[in-house]
Amino acid sequence: MGSATSELPPEARTPLRDTAESGLKIVVVGGFGVGKTTLVRSVSEIRPLNTEEVMTRAGEDVDPVPTESAKTTTTVAFDFGRISLNDRLVLYLFGAPGQKRFWFLWDRLFSGTLGAVVLVDTRRMDDSWYAIDRLEHHGTPFVVAVNRFDGEHAYHSLDEIRTALALPAHVPLIDCDARVRSSGKDVLITLVDHLHHLARERELTA
Amino acid sequence: MSRRPVDVGDPDRLYTITGGRSRADGGAFDLVTLIVSECEPSTGQQSEHVRILELCRHPTAVVEIAAELSLPITVVRILLEDLQATGRITARHPRVAASAALPDSALLTEVLHGLRNL
Repeated sequence: MGSATSELPPEARTPLRDTAESGLKIVVVGGFGVGKTTLVRSVSEIRPLNTEEVMTRAGEDVDPVPTESAKTTTTVAFDFGRISLNDRLVLYLFGAPGQKRFWFLWDRLFSGTLGAVVLVDTRRMDDSWYAIDRLEHHGTPFVVAVNRFDGEHAYHSLDEIRTALALPAHVPLIDCDARVRSSGKDVLITLVDHLHHLARERELTA
Repeated sequence: MSRRPVDVGDPDRLYTITGGRSRADGGAFDLVTLIVSECEPSTGQQSEHVRILELCRHPTAVVEIAAELSLPITVVRILLEDLQATGRITARHPRVAASAALPDSALLTEVLHGLRNL
């Protein structure tokens, strides 16, 4: 997880078009080292940037401050990338840790996201449980993408993974290679396609 | 290369930047709100304000400003409030409200087209 990605010289920046009028958000969530930043990098038009938020007492109930310390703030860092969808719409992809202690960050920073990608490493599937549980509880639409790298295709089928994650049938589950742009793009398309179906269903029953 | 440690138990620098305030007044600026400068920086302006006005000659999201300035989002929001209050920047807010469960399908169709054309 790179932490020194922020200090681009001004001339290296790729500015948005002046017609850009609306920003959209998608969150990529998963355990440590699962490939969130790699996925963001593979589809982003800019080098992924890193920024942070100072969390104050608002986060205390879910991110307890150690009692022996007088510290009242903590910082949370996250990576993000950008995709210009057309002249007006720009999509931001945020890579965020999915563990319990980071949930307060999601609520505060990522409200209004279109949906989420849960990135799974089959060697550490329990890292994904909390994120999936919270997304379901929250009603945030999501897809699950299994990051296949190191040629570990043979070990678990998607069906086995769906069972292991207790993933409901309606949640899309796909393979990907986060290092490959077309694969990362497919993950995003799967998510937005899923969102589109949900939105159509809602509009037809409204 | 390492990031500047802006929050290592000594918040003085941040308080100096924000004129002593620790939180933005309203929830006016989303992470992906696009900021656009309405004027050029002038002499004597606080250096962070100058950097923001330079960055935002083209629309720039709040989160990108924070990354470029290596400052926490909270601090950037406060700086942006100052600039907006004096008419030096304008904000283009996201179309998807924080409270909306799902955006409308027309917007999602547009997003799909954009992704497929990448």
